[in-house]
Amino acid sequence: MSLAITVLFYLATVILIAGLAYRIWVYAKVPAPLRIATTPAPVTKGGVVLRMFREVAFFESLFKSNKLLWLLGVLFHFGLLLVLIRHLRYFINPVPTVIELMQPFGKYAAFAMIIGLMGLWARRFVIDRVRYISSPSDHLILALLVLIGISGASMTFVSHTDIVGLKNFTMGLLTFDWKPLPSDPLLAIHLFLVSVLMIIFPYSKLLHGVGVFFSPTRNQVDNPREKRHIVEWARKFEE
Amino acid sequence: MAKANFEVPELKEYPEVPKIEPGSMAHLETFKAKPEFQEALGFQGELQENWQEQAIEAMGDMLTKYRSLKVYMDSCVKCGACTDKCHYYLGTKDPKNMPVARQDLMRKVYRRYFTFGGKFFPKLVGATDFTQEVLDDWYNYYHQCSQCRRCSVFCPYGIDTAEISMAAREIMDRIGLGDKYSNEIIGKVYRIGNNLGLPGPALEDTLEGLEEDVFDETGVEVKYPLDVKGADILLVTPSADFFAEPHVDGLIGYGKVFHEAGVSWTMSSHASEAANFGMFIGSYENMRKISQRIRKAALDLGVKRIIFGECGHAWRVAYAFLNTLAGPWDFLDPDYPVPQHILEFTLGEIEKGTLNIDKSLNDDMVLTFHDSCNVARATRMGDKPGGQFEIPRTVIKAVCNNYVDMPEDTIREATFCCGGGGGLLTDDLMELRVKGAKPRMEALKSVTEEYGVTHMAAICAICKSQFTKVIPYYGFDMDQIVSVHQLVSNALILTGQNGEDEDDESEEDAA
Repeated sequence: MSLAITVLFYLATVILIAGLAYRIWVYAKVPAPLRIATTPAPVTKGGVVLRMFREVAFFESLFKSNKLLWLLGVLFHFGLLLVLIRHLRYFINPVPTVIELMQPFGKYAAFAMIIGLMGLWARRFVIDRVRYISSPSDHLILALLVLIGISGASMTFVSHTDIVGLKNFTMGLLTFDWKPLPSDPLLAIHLFLVSVLMIIFPYSKLLHGVGVFFSPTRNQVDNPREKRHIVEWARKFEE
Repeated sequence: MAKANFEVPELKEYPEVPKIEPGSMAHLETFKAKPEFQEALGFQGELQENWQEQAIEAMGDMLTKYRSLKVYMDSCVKCGACTDKCHYYLGTKDPKNMPVARQDLMRKVYRRYFTFGGKFFPKLVGATDFTQEVLDDWYNYYHQCSQCRRCSVFCPYGIDTAEISMAAREIMDRIGLGDKYSNEIIGKVYRIGNNLGLPGPALEDTLEGLEEDVFDETGVEVKYPLDVKGADILLVTPSADFFAEPHVDGLIGYGKVFHEAGVSWTMSSHASEAANFGMFIGSYENMRKISQRIRKAALDLGVKRIIFGECGHAWRVAYAFLNTLAGPWDFLDPDYPVPQHILEFTLGEIEKGTLNIDKSLNDDMVLTFHDSCNVARATRMGDKPGGQFEIPRTVIKAVCNNYVDMPEDTIREATFCCGGGGGLLTDDLMELRVKGAKPRMEALKSVTEEYGVTHMAAICAICKSQFTKVIPYYGFDMDQIVSVHQLVSNALILTGQNGEDEDDESEEDAA
């Protein structure tokens, strides 16, 4: 079991990093021939950075669209963020004070994350429009995240796992000095599901986390009258 | 009220999001372009045996040329934020008119042929083969999108369905499945110079007629010049401005403003069209070719500035694309933006005080303003973001005493499309146009009842044509739609105008 998880974890990490790098390379390479910022748009680069920050940190457009959906999205994403920060303690030795201080927040953020996910999932059944657009993969990804959340939270709130043993295992992964994974079915399930998530991340809609930064309607400066933009493939018409 | 062979939606006091009715608009499709019109635009004449292969190849090509398409195909999480934002969904209840579902018509094909998940687990990720049935859906529903970008405002990733429907139309055009309305019109621009197919002599006649009308009314010789070499300003305006109502009243207004400003200006018979339907069909090449006509006219006439008349998508092409498609404009006067919007010019004159305005001349109206989708969400006026909302309102308020806005969630960046944009202004699609106007009609009705609004001003040729045609279905009158420069024209007292004297005479008569 320990060996299987170790191998899977390395595999997942490689796929995640290579997959994301490939995606970023592809997105960066495809040109944007026309200025299509959704206006009103910032007229300076600094303004665009701010717009993107508001979009990523506060989900500005989603807030304009639908307050309940926004709330559920915020609960999930920021719950997950706090949980991830809490998890850093398994990968850094000694644990920095900041991360020490974050522990209680990260602990309860699991609930925010799970509640957010359940709410998002409920929409796929309750609202006829959202039911119509949902594919099996949309449900499966939610199921995966919910199971990750529940299995993880269970090890904090229901049946504690061997934290010291786990840290030996994770530090072993980082230093290529492999240690056995404490034998705990919940932990094995949790790590297995997380690996699956990492593997599908670059090949699924989870890519939205990368896509948003490349979205021309959000990342372009509104300056087409002042500056001529012409991409390589369009130059042939100039001859 | 106009008659319809379909059910005209009922206007609700509190607009609501309808339950989905799958397939309710599946019957509606536009006429297809004949091979000769396809070929004139550089496309394949008609569908070939191997259309599927050609379509997938075309899609692959587009995915390497347009970052928007590539990123938007991948990024959607199906959150549903856009599902209640499209006027066509709200008006037709057809779920394929929800932005995400419209995108999915392409996304499911994209996933099948271009992604790992779709190649190996198509059912799981909702991927399908590009079948005839899917192509039929493409043709119907990508011609039920007015490319208004309202969905892109509300999408957390800024996914713009317009980009996807443009790409879909380009792919269909390339394989020989084009829309008659847009493609024939583009052909007319190439052959004659404008969407309406008005040749130079007809334009000249029309403009002379306008000069006579204005002279009869005001006693002032306002000129509407055509092809005048050495003029300072080239005005490019939608050809509907030459004769359609209320468009032409707007054109009369531009001329009066230029006259009072004392500038020399001209229109061009070669570039007698601001509209650029190349955008609607997503064709960079055709859009560029049409734009180049403006460059040629500007060079031939030796003008120093270019100003665009009231037209929504034309202003998008002008503001956002013209520099790229037909620039650089280094031969024009660098003191002015290229191009300028007529409203930017008029506001400048109002601020300088060159115009003698009597606002009371518009006192028979209570106005509201319809933000045109392309102006609102794809362009700017002035130098500050949001100028596209403020400048038209400032001008209207400078020439009218009575103005109110429609509800906040139906104007500015959240404005609803008129229902006829994006190359859908054809009688083939009347049912869609009437139903798609519903959200705007509800907003208009609410200010009509609450504030006694009598007229709605617009700055887009398509909006004006669409509204005059469809508002009778909702119990309004077509005269309730006005051009913004019509309002300017009404209130503008020309230097030497005979109006003052007539007023005196009538007072004497009364005494």
